[in-house]
Amino acid sequence: MTLLEVSGVSVSFDGFKAINNLSMQIGEPELRAVIGPNGAGKTTFMDIITGKTRPDEGRVIWGESSVSLLGMNESRIAQEGLGRKFQKPTVFEDQTVRENLAMALKNPRGPFSVLFYRKTAEGAERIEEIAREIGLTDHLTRKAGELSHGQKQWLEIGMLLAQDPRLLLVDEPAAGMTPAEREHTTDLLKRIAKTRAVVVVEHDMEFVRRLDCKVTVLHEGSVLAEGTLDHVTKNKDVIDVYLGR
Amino acid sequence: MAYTSTWQKFSTRPAMPRRGLIARNPSVLYFLLALAAFTLGVTLLSEATGVGVLSTSFVKTLGKTLCLCLVAVAMDVVWGYCGILSLGHFAFFGLGGYAIGMWLMYARTEIIVAESLAASPIPPTGQEISEAIASQIFGVVGSSELPAIWTFADSLFLQLLAVVLVPGLLALVFGWLAFRSRVTGVYLSILTQAMTLALSLYLFQNESGLRGNNGLSGLQNIPGLEDASQASISIAFFWASALALGLGYVFFAWIVSGKMGSVIRGVRDDEARVRFLGYHVEHYKLFVFTLTAVVAGIAGALYYPQAGIINPAEIAPIASIYLAVWVAIGGRGRLYGAVIGAAVVSLMSSWFTGGGAPDVNLGVYVIQWTDWWLVLLGVTFVLVTLFAPKGIGGLFDLVADWRAPHRHEDYGPDASAKRAEEGEE
Amino acid sequence: MLRALCLTLALCLLAAPPAADAQGELQSLLQTHSEEILDPSFRTVGTAVDDLVASGLPAVAPFLTRWQDKEVWQRTSDGLFFFAEETGDDQLTLYDIASGDEVGTAPDDDFEQSKPNGGVRRVIGQALVQFRLSSPDISDRRQAVRSIERNPDADQLPVLRDTIEGESDPSLKARKERLATLLTARFGESTEDRIAAIETLSDDLSIDARAVLNQILDTDAEVAQTLPDDVNVARVLQPGTDMPLAEAYETLVDEDLAPARTSPSEIRAALEANIEDGRVAGIPTGQLGDPARRHDAYAALAEAGTVPPLVTEADMEEAVAAHVFYAEYDEDDPAITDAAEAAMSGVTTRVGVNQAFDLGLDALSLASIYFLAAIGLAITFGVMGVINMAHGEFIMMGAYTGFVVQQIVPDYTVSLLVALPLAFAVTFGAGVLMERLVIRWLYHRPLETLLATFGISIALQQLAKNIFGTQARPLTSPGWLDGAWVLNDVVSISYIRIAIFVLALVFLALLLFVLKRTRLGLEVRAVTQNPGMAASMGINPDKINMLTFGLGSGIAGIAGVAIGLYAKVTSEMGQDYIVQSFMTVVVGGVGNVWGTLAGATLIGGLQKQIEWFNPSNTLAAQTYMILFIILFIQFRPKGIVALKGRAAGD
Repeated sequence: MTLLEVSGVSVSFDGFKAINNLSMQIGEPELRAVIGPNGAGKTTFMDIITGKTRPDEGRVIWGESSVSLLGMNESRIAQEGLGRKFQKPTVFEDQTVRENLAMALKNPRGPFSVLFYRKTAEGAERIEEIAREIGLTDHLTRKAGELSHGQKQWLEIGMLLAQDPRLLLVDEPAAGMTPAEREHTTDLLKRIAKTRAVVVVEHDMEFVRRLDCKVTVLHEGSVLAEGTLDHVTKNKDVIDVYLGR
Repeated sequence: MAYTSTWQKFSTRPAMPRRGLIARNPSVLYFLLALAAFTLGVTLLSEATGVGVLSTSFVKTLGKTLCLCLVAVAMDVVWGYCGILSLGHFAFFGLGGYAIGMWLMYARTEIIVAESLAASPIPPTGQEISEAIASQIFGVVGSSELPAIWTFADSLFLQLLAVVLVPGLLALVFGWLAFRSRVTGVYLSILTQAMTLALSLYLFQNESGLRGNNGLSGLQNIPGLEDASQASISIAFFWASALALGLGYVFFAWIVSGKMGSVIRGVRDDEARVRFLGYHVEHYKLFVFTLTAVVAGIAGALYYPQAGIINPAEIAPIASIYLAVWVAIGGRGRLYGAVIGAAVVSLMSSWFTGGGAPDVNLGVYVIQWTDWWLVLLGVTFVLVTLFAPKGIGGLFDLVADWRAPHRHEDYGPDASAKRAEEGEE
Repeated sequence: MLRALCLTLALCLLAAPPAADAQGELQSLLQTHSEEILDPSFRTVGTAVDDLVASGLPAVAPFLTRWQDKEVWQRTSDGLFFFAEETGDDQLTLYDIASGDEVGTAPDDDFEQSKPNGGVRRVIGQALVQFRLSSPDISDRRQAVRSIERNPDADQLPVLRDTIEGESDPSLKARKERLATLLTARFGESTEDRIAAIETLSDDLSIDARAVLNQILDTDAEVAQTLPDDVNVARVLQPGTDMPLAEAYETLVDEDLAPARTSPSEIRAALEANIEDGRVAGIPTGQLGDPARRHDAYAALAEAGTVPPLVTEADMEEAVAAHVFYAEYDEDDPAITDAAEAAMSGVTTRVGVNQAFDLGLDALSLASIYFLAAIGLAITFGVMGVINMAHGEFIMMGAYTGFVVQQIVPDYTVSLLVALPLAFAVTFGAGVLMERLVIRWLYHRPLETLLATFGISIALQQLAKNIFGTQARPLTSPGWLDGAWVLNDVVSISYIRIAIFVLALVFLALLLFVLKRTRLGLEVRAVTQNPGMAASMGINPDKINMLTFGLGSGIAGIAGVAIGLYAKVTSEMGQDYIVQSFMTVVVGGVGNVWGTLAGATLIGGLQKQIEWFNPSNTLAAQTYMILFIILFIQFRPKGIVALKGRAAGD
């Protein structure tokens, strides 16, 4: 089933076409890797889906009832079930791991419901569960700023999970990780993708190979090739683009 | 590693049961105890209820200081916790003062007018009374008509409502406009400053209906309490201010703790991230901005009856900047820091500028503090910003560290990395 | 008055040499009118003056002048006239009336002074004008024309006309002709003459031409039972729309066409005067606080005839409806008023256009001030993301530098030339110092920078107060900057403002050159757009930041000198410009010279426009302007010229 359909999307900044007539579909559940050289438009692509950037043209259609995500603001889109993890780990360093997770936990988002929010047993349980999943059970009361780089990446993925999204957009999750941490991350993403749609943006081929999933290659703002990793790496265009650089 | 065991000890605790506000924030309890002790002390030393060591004017100064502490706490919540450097909260403070001042002035003039009209053989009509009040109040700006905004000035209840509603609505409308167009950072600060300037310029005009630069005066005379001495009125207002500060403190401590506090601190640290978690950041900012504006208004309504006079100069942008200075010196992001900052700086300021501080003779030049206090304050402020970003409140961290020295090691290797990273940005 | 006296003396001297042989003639002429001259009256003096003028004697003009000044005395013994001055001890210093030479002193017992009254002096004055208008001295003639311009009078018209022909100076001749037109429009003999004159005024923008038209179009409010046929009605006034009902009724009362209204205080006084046994007309006084009961009591008194009856609203309406209210021209001839109305509407349009142009000039000059004040701020904000709250104090510092230089260098032109670069140097140094000591440590903490610079701002302000005191210090502009460039009576602009405009242009060009054509500019732009990348390209951002901050502060110093030239120099002057500068930067968009220019133009233009709508209230103008800016930010949060890329801060 198609969860997200991007069709004919273009956007330009000061005359530079960052995204050029891009179309793509993501199913549910699905694990998808998006690769491409620098400046291929990977981050802009995510910006458009999450509402940070408005495209000049094209459609972004979401879910069973085919609602358009264009015109919604970031928080509204997030409430629709889209979670995003940034390239640089962005967690609230001043707050504990538990607070970070609690903030992300799927609950009413209005100021008054938050103000009168009372902790529930399920909530606490869910936090423990996620903490186990991301291996931070022992660090729940620590300040997030004190975690190592890899732990922060996981915490951010954990926060995504706590949001209980239908689609996770993950931007270079393995950047700056040790090999052991990478392996752990791959497992985690594959596990998550069993129940949800996960889009991983990455340019580390080794990591993508380990994900073992369908790959979309972006180049100059549009899709160059799509298929298994083996399939796309044999594609002549892809070879030109990668070797040409 | 050494710290692992410590953390294991914590994590073996069962899922955290819900604990009371005070249990989560012991500082609230300490603060309330200190406030209670201070109130008791002043009561016992005052003229009206105690041995009379403290003069009435000094009790008023202390009462006013408590109000300033309250508005500083509000400022700390909006700036220190939510990251909005508002240069407009003293304007809300002033609006609260104007709202209550209108009733005080109207009601008192009404009593005076009624007395003078009672001498004539024919009792006055309602219109005659209101005309006489209007010419009493507005004679100074050459008018004898009651402006439309004074329609409800005869009702204490409605004017008390205005204390809350006027700053609240202004903050709501302004905040809605500013936040929805995603004005942030210094831009927002400048915009709030512009709002404050516009308001004070507006009030400076006689056409504003609030007596232009004369402002409202005689507010220390409380209608209906003509027989009470200023000494007892001052201690009553002192108590009211202490109560308001206590309640306000607890209220804001409740707001900034728990999940709400978590979200607004998130907004402060990384607005975009909070947005991608599905929170409408604008709603939270608007909520905090408006709520603190209302509390600022209440603080102002308690302050100006003790000050006796309010005029548009009080609302000028500089006042709001001083408010930020107090909070910064006291230490933002902690409520008691704001209280300490406001109390210390405002009391010191009146001590220095009031000629209380002794001159310093350097031989070649005599430093008179009335002339040099602002220079000292400015320089101190720069030094605090540079070398003690946590302000006076940061000293409490040193105490806490000293009592629990092991915490020092707990900063992971990334704490410094994070700083380095920020530096590169 | 003093000038007139000097002039008279000059006239005397000029007239002196040929007076010798005419001496007897003037004296004898005076003797024939001895009575009218000694004790002149408005009605009788005319013939005497006419005779004197007709004689064509050169000594007549000085005589008339001194007569007007009450300096003519008659010796009782022989009836001879002298000029005389009282010396104080009952003595007179005597002068010959023809030559003006001193002829000795004498006790005043034997003399009688001629004291012409106001009316007489005017007759003499008119006669004098004729002399002066054809005086050989051009400044004298100018003087005469000016005095007619100031106090136009019907009698002067023929006199003026007669002298136009013989006027040798072309510019003065043109002026006389114009003045004759103005006088003809008001006082011309025939309707045709007047209409023709009025029509030529329709493209005249000067204040006196407009005053002439206004005087012709002067109206009086009148009231009558029916509209009279024999008057020149300007318009009929509808009570209720053109004038309030109460005002219309008051007019009726003033004309004794209706009984006066009884004011609430009169009612009260009437009631108080009629209290009997604690009751007024049977109503207890205690109930008179109720307006209805009070009305009853008064009505009862009126019925009894004790007080005049109350004029009700209905009475007023009825009385007003029974009359017609209209405005009547002072001028009786409708043809003339019609022509004047037509000319006036033409003039009004042209005045409007010219006022708009003048407003444009004002706005431009204000914009250039804002540009100078804000551009430094914009540069530092754009390049470093730093809001410098002490920017206003740098402006002040520049102005005080100018003041100090003027204390040392007395020549204003030289001191200005010294002050401008020196102010730049001083504030550049202060800026660099501040950047090194404070700002550098606070990068990426913009809010704290804002507050720290505010701390510096209050310290600097107080420091200036301690050094220079609280009173305003003057910064005098050189003589060649005094005065204004006057296009016509509507459009004018002072040279100082033109100079500031030029200064702003120079700085705009200079900045554009520095930013676009120099290595420093390239590096600054690189740091603005991407500091990280710039650093990796070998640009030292530290140095760039320091220089940028110095440059921004230096320009503030220059702006300070410029502002000081037309506004007062006080320790608080920076505060007057800082918020406007912020607004300029915010509205214009950061990090772009053109943006600041656009912002300054918008804000300057807007402020002038609002002031034009409500000229009496600059406070309100500023209030509305700020409200506008807050709304403007809604639609263009990043300003008019939005910068794309990292510096835009998204």
